Amino acid sequence: MSFFKNEEELGLNLNTRTTLVNHIVYGIAFAMILVSAYLIFIYSNIEKTMGAVQKIFYVHVGTAWNALLAFGVVFVCSILYLATKKRIYDVYATVAAEIGVVFIIIVMLTGPIWARSAWNVWWSWEPKLTSALILFFIYIAYTMIRFMDGSWDKKARLCAVFGIIGFIDVPIVYFASEWWGSKFHPTVVGQEGGGLEGNMVFALVFTVFAFSFFLTALIHKGVRIEKARIELQHMKDKIAEKIGR
Amino acid sequence: MSILRNALTIAGKDLRAERKSKQVLPTMLVFAVLVIVVFSFAFDPDKESTKALIPGLIWIVSIFSAILGLNRSFISELKNDNIQGMIIAPVNSISIFLGKFFANFVMILIVQAIAIPMLFLLFDYQFNGSLPWLLLTIFTGTFGFVGIGSFLSAIASNSGISEMLLPLLLFPIATPALIGIVSATKIILRHPDQIEKAYGWLQLVGGYDIIFFGICIVLFDYILEV
Repeated sequence: MSFFKNEEELGLNLNTRTTLVNHIVYGIAFAMILVSAYLIFIYSNIEKTMGAVQKIFYVHVGTAWNALLAFGVVFVCSILYLATKKRIYDVYATVAAEIGVVFIIIVMLTGPIWARSAWNVWWSWEPKLTSALILFFIYIAYTMIRFMDGSWDKKARLCAVFGIIGFIDVPIVYFASEWWGSKFHPTVVGQEGGGLEGNMVFALVFTVFAFSFFLTALIHKGVRIEKARIELQHMKDKIAEKIGR
Repeated sequence: MSILRNALTIAGKDLRAERKSKQVLPTMLVFAVLVIVVFSFAFDPDKESTKALIPGLIWIVSIFSAILGLNRSFISELKNDNIQGMIIAPVNSISIFLGKFFANFVMILIVQAIAIPMLFLLFDYQFNGSLPWLLLTIFTGTFGFVGIGSFLSAIASNSGISEMLLPLLLFPIATPALIGIVSATKIILRHPDQIEKAYGWLQLVGGYDIIFFGICIVLFDYILEV
């Protein structure tokens, strides 16, 4: 359509119809989440010392990885936005950050529940926890910039800049806090790591992938909603122009 | 070279304006001293255990008063659209960042030069560590968070609630520098015999300074775009 021309130049295709790809992505994500629920609650063994509480670990690790992955998407899209100035990358960064906030909140909620039963404390200043907390605050700050008033391209620029800085900061925080003092988090998979049995590792890896697909499906959906919102705004502007306001 | 010369011109302009108006620096100073006073109410200065808090206190006082100065740094340019003038002026945008950074850095060093001895005085702390190490630590740490702080202040100045936004942006990003610099200061003040550990922390903060200062210089162009 002609009055979307400006957006098309910016690399934004405003077609929001459901396609076969959408259905496939949602279908796979849905099926994988169901299977991972089976793997977590029925297939994998109950851990000896911690008991059934340990099962929260699968969700915790799954969301933690994907919270970081979502911010990775924000980082890549931010660089692409600054390099190309195409609005589609800003849309992707917006959506990925929104979903990342949800994931990191799940991490921050499941973590203390598990920590309370495993380590007998709600919180510990330990590298992974410290970095997760800082990642949470960086996400919050990113969202605050996103909700600033002003034109979309100004917000897109500032968010992209902060997204890049924030993502680079996370590994440095991890490194600094690891040096600062490491106490609890076990290395569960790998050579020196111990505590996990075969079927638990399988359930864990599957859950991480299931959440990655879930993240992909959510980003897909979010981008469509965001596009619809932009299209609606265009129509409103057009009408406002027509009736001469 | 002209980048640096322009930066010094901008920094000089800020410092001269501050010398005439006398608004930001005295406020920062009074605020820093007030924070120390509040702390002496919160933690009994006569107790020996309170001495362990002094390394952290130095940085709490520095950062809290720095936030005040950093906030003004770009907001003051919004009046009469000064910032537009700076963007249009035939200077590299890096000069604007460097200029703001120099001005903030100088002001915060002045505040620290007065507030830290005051802190030692009010908490009756006998400093017998190595003074050059302490100065180097303060310089490295302040460089780190003033660099990224000046940058984030430019981002925050676009918002209607920039005074509230800046701490939210700065604290998470400055975390690694804070962890490193507080640990280094703790070693220098309390365990002068383990100075090589402080050197390790200083390397971390130095690395942070270089990485983030570099990123700020690369990305500053995008913040000022019209």
